[in-house]
Amino acid sequence: MIYSLCFVLFVIGLYCALTKKNTVKIVIGLSIMEYGVNLFFVLVGYRRRGGAPIIGKADSLTQFLSQAVDPLPQALVLTSIVIGLGVTALSLSLCIRLYEKYGTFDITEMRRLKG
Amino acid sequence: MTGMSLIVKTITRWVMVFIFLYGAYITLTGHLTPGGGFAGGVIIACSYILLTLAYGKQFALRRLSVRTASRLDSTGAFLFLAIGLFGIWFGGTFFVNFLQRTFPGREFRLVSAGMIPLINIAICLKVSVSLFLAFIIMAVLRIETAGDGTRTMVQKEEEE
Amino acid sequence: MTTAVFPLFVAIPLGTAFLIPVVARRRKGLADGLANFATLALFAAGLAVMVLGTRGVYAIGGWRPPFGIVWSLDGLGILMLVIVNLVSFAATFFSIRYMEGYTGHAKYYSLFLLMVAGMNGVVITGDLFNLFVFLEIASFASYALVAFGCEHEELEASFKYLVLGSIGSTLVLFGIALIYGTTGYLTMASISEAIRGGGKPLVLVLATTFFFAGFGIKAALVPFHPWLPDAHPSAPAPISAMLSGVLIKALGIYALARVFFNVIGMDRLTSIVLVTVGGLSMTVGVLLAVGQWDLKRLLAYHSISQMGYVVLGVGFGGYLISTGGNAAAASLSILGGIFHLANHSVFKSLLFLCAGFIERATGTRQLKEMGGLFSRMPLTRAATTIAALSIAGVPPFNGFWSKLLIVFAAFQAGYLGLALMTIAVSFVTLISFLKVLRYAFLGSLPDALREVHESPPLMIVPLGLLAVLCIGMGLLLVPAVREVVLDPAVAALVNGGVYARTVLAAFAGE
Repeated sequence: MIYSLCFVLFVIGLYCALTKKNTVKIVIGLSIMEYGVNLFFVLVGYRRRGGAPIIGKADSLTQFLSQAVDPLPQALVLTSIVIGLGVTALSLSLCIRLYEKYGTFDITEMRRLKG
Repeated sequence: MTGMSLIVKTITRWVMVFIFLYGAYITLTGHLTPGGGFAGGVIIACSYILLTLAYGKQFALRRLSVRTASRLDSTGAFLFLAIGLFGIWFGGTFFVNFLQRTFPGREFRLVSAGMIPLINIAICLKVSVSLFLAFIIMAVLRIETAGDGTRTMVQKEEEE
Repeated sequence: MTTAVFPLFVAIPLGTAFLIPVVARRRKGLADGLANFATLALFAAGLAVMVLGTRGVYAIGGWRPPFGIVWSLDGLGILMLVIVNLVSFAATFFSIRYMEGYTGHAKYYSLFLLMVAGMNGVVITGDLFNLFVFLEIASFASYALVAFGCEHEELEASFKYLVLGSIGSTLVLFGIALIYGTTGYLTMASISEAIRGGGKPLVLVLATTFFFAGFGIKAALVPFHPWLPDAHPSAPAPISAMLSGVLIKALGIYALARVFFNVIGMDRLTSIVLVTVGGLSMTVGVLLAVGQWDLKRLLAYHSISQMGYVVLGVGFGGYLISTGGNAAAASLSILGGIFHLANHSVFKSLLFLCAGFIERATGTRQLKEMGGLFSRMPLTRAATTIAALSIAGVPPFNGFWSKLLIVFAAFQAGYLGLALMTIAVSFVTLISFLKVLRYAFLGSLPDALREVHESPPLMIVPLGLLAVLCIGMGLLLVPAVREVVLDPAVAALVNGGVYARTVLAAFAGE
C-alpha cells in the first residue's frame, strides 16, 4: 500500500517535470521524482518491528540478523541521493546561464531550436 | 553580499569551528556510526557556506580560493582512486580492503575497518570542496544588464 | 594477460580526468597530450583483450557474488569496449585542433574522460546498480559537454537533454528497485538464476516496462526521441560524434540487450515491442531526416533511424528465439543487428567529425548556403562520401553487409513485410545523403566561401582512420575474423542463460 504512495509521488514529480513552464519548477519536479524513487528503495528493505542495522558490542549475530532491516538499500539510496544532488546542481547552473542568455525562465520563450 | 550584522559575525566565528569539528567527527567514525564521507563532507561544506553568508564572498574566497579548492577537489578524488589501485598492488583485487588483511584492528575501535576510514576522509575532502565551489561560483557570478539590454555574466567585486 | 586488467578500463580514464585539471592549467598542450595518451592506452588495451581472448570475471574487493560487485566480460562486452575506445580515441585526436576555438581545455578533457570512464563501466559491469551508477556518470558528463560552448542553442539543448535524460535514469532506478524487491539480489547473474526458476509475476512486467522506458530514453527510440535532434547538433563536433556514435549505444542499446536477454529473459511480448519500436524508429527517423536542411540535425535524425535498425535486428532475433522459430534466422538477425551497431559507430562518428570540420571551415550548417566544396577540400569530401555511402548501404562498404544480414534473416524467417520495410528505409537514406553530397560538395562555390581550405593534418588523421575502417569492416564477416569478433557477441545474446551460468560457475570453484 505504501509502495503505491511512492509511485504516486513519482508520478507527481513526472507531471511537474513535463508540464511546467518555469525551468526552476522543472528542476523541482525532477527532484521530487528522485525522492519518490529513493523512498521506494529504502522501503523495500523494511522489516516489520526491525531495528537499525548497526551492531552494538553486546548483540549476538543471529539475533541481530533476524531483527535488523536491510542495510543494502540504505547504502544504494545514499549513492542515489548524491547523484540527485549532482543533477540538481548542474541543472540549476544551466537555469542561471539560460536566464543570462534569454532573459527569462520561461521555456516557451526559448524556441531557437526548431524542427 | 557584504556580510551581515556584528552579532551574526561573532556567533559565526565561534560556531563555525564546532561545525567543522562535527563534520570531521562524522567522517572519521563513519565505519562505526551512520554517516561517513558524504555526510561529513556536506557538513564541512556547510561550515564554509556559513562563513560566506556571514562575512561576504570576498572574505570566504580569501580563506579558500577557487584555485585551491579545485586542486583539493582533484586531490581528494585522485586519493580515492589511488587507494583502490593500491588494493591491486597489495591485495590482489581492485578496492580490496588490504589494510584489514594486514593490520586488523579490534572491532568497534577507531582504527578497525582497514582502509574504510581512509576512503571516508578522501570522499569528505572531495565532497566538501565540491559543494563549496558550486555554491561560491553560483553566488559570485552576477548578471549585468548593459545599456542596450544585453546581459553578460561577470564576477562582481563587492564594496566592503 | 589476466583479468586484472579489467579495473584499468575504468581507472585509467578516471585517474586522467582527475589529474588533468591539476597539472594542465598553465601549459597549453599538456591536457591534449594526457587525454590522447589515455584514450590510446584504452584502445590498445581493448584490442589486446579482444585478440588475446581474456574473458572471465573479476570480483571487486574480493567479495564473491551475490555479496559483492562482479565485473564480467563476454563477447558482447568486449566488442562494445573496443568500439567505445576506438571512437573516443578518434574524437580526442580530432579535438586537438578542433577545440582551439574554445577555452577551458582542461575541463573539456576532464569531462570527456569521465564520459569514457562511465561508458567503459557500463559495458564491463555485471551488477545492476553499478550499471546505474556508471550510466549516471556518463550521462552527467554528456549533459555538461553538450552545453560546453555556452551559446544559446547549446544551453537550451542541454537543458532539454538533461530533463529527459534524468527522467530516463530515474525510471531505470525504479526498475532496479523493483527487481531488488522481488529477487533480493543485485548481481545480474544471480537475478537471472532467480528469475529463470519461476514465471513472470506482475512486478517483473512493471520492472520490464520501466527498464524499457528508461533505456529507451537513453537510446532515443521513437516515443522517447525528442532530445536527440536538439542535443546532437548543438554540441561541439567531437562530442556529437561521441554522443551519436557510442553513448546512445553503450547506455541505451547495450544495456537494453543485456537486461532483456541475459537478466530478465526474452519473451514474446517484449520482443514484439522491441520489433515495433525498432521499425517505428527506422521509418520516423528517416522521414524526418529527408526534409532537413541543417546538416548536423539531418545526421541526428539518421541516428534515430539507424538505431531502429539495430533494435529491429536484435528484437526480431529475440522474437524468433522466444517463439521457437527459425534458429538460424534468429542468429543471423542478431548478428546483423550487432554488426550494424559496430558499423554505425564508425560511420556516424566519421560523418559528425566531417560535418564539424565543414561547419568550422564554412561557418554555417545550412546545406543551402554551402556548395562547391568539391575542389577546396578533397580529402574531407572523400571521407564524407565514404561515410555517406556506408550509411546508405551501398556495397562494398560496411553498412551494406549489416543491412543485408538483417534483410536475409527476415526473408529466411518468412517475414517479407519487415524485409521490404528495411529495404525501403535504406533507399530513403540513400536519397537523403545524395542530397547532402550534392548540396555540400557539388555545385558552385558561393562568394562567401572563397576562403575555405582543407583540414589541417591533425584533423585528417582520425577521419582517415575511420574511413579506412568503413571500407574494411566488411571483412569482419570473413569466418576466421568473425569467430573472434562477432560470433561471441551473438552467442552471448542468443543463449541468454549462459551468461549467468558462466559468471556463477567461475566463483563456485573457490
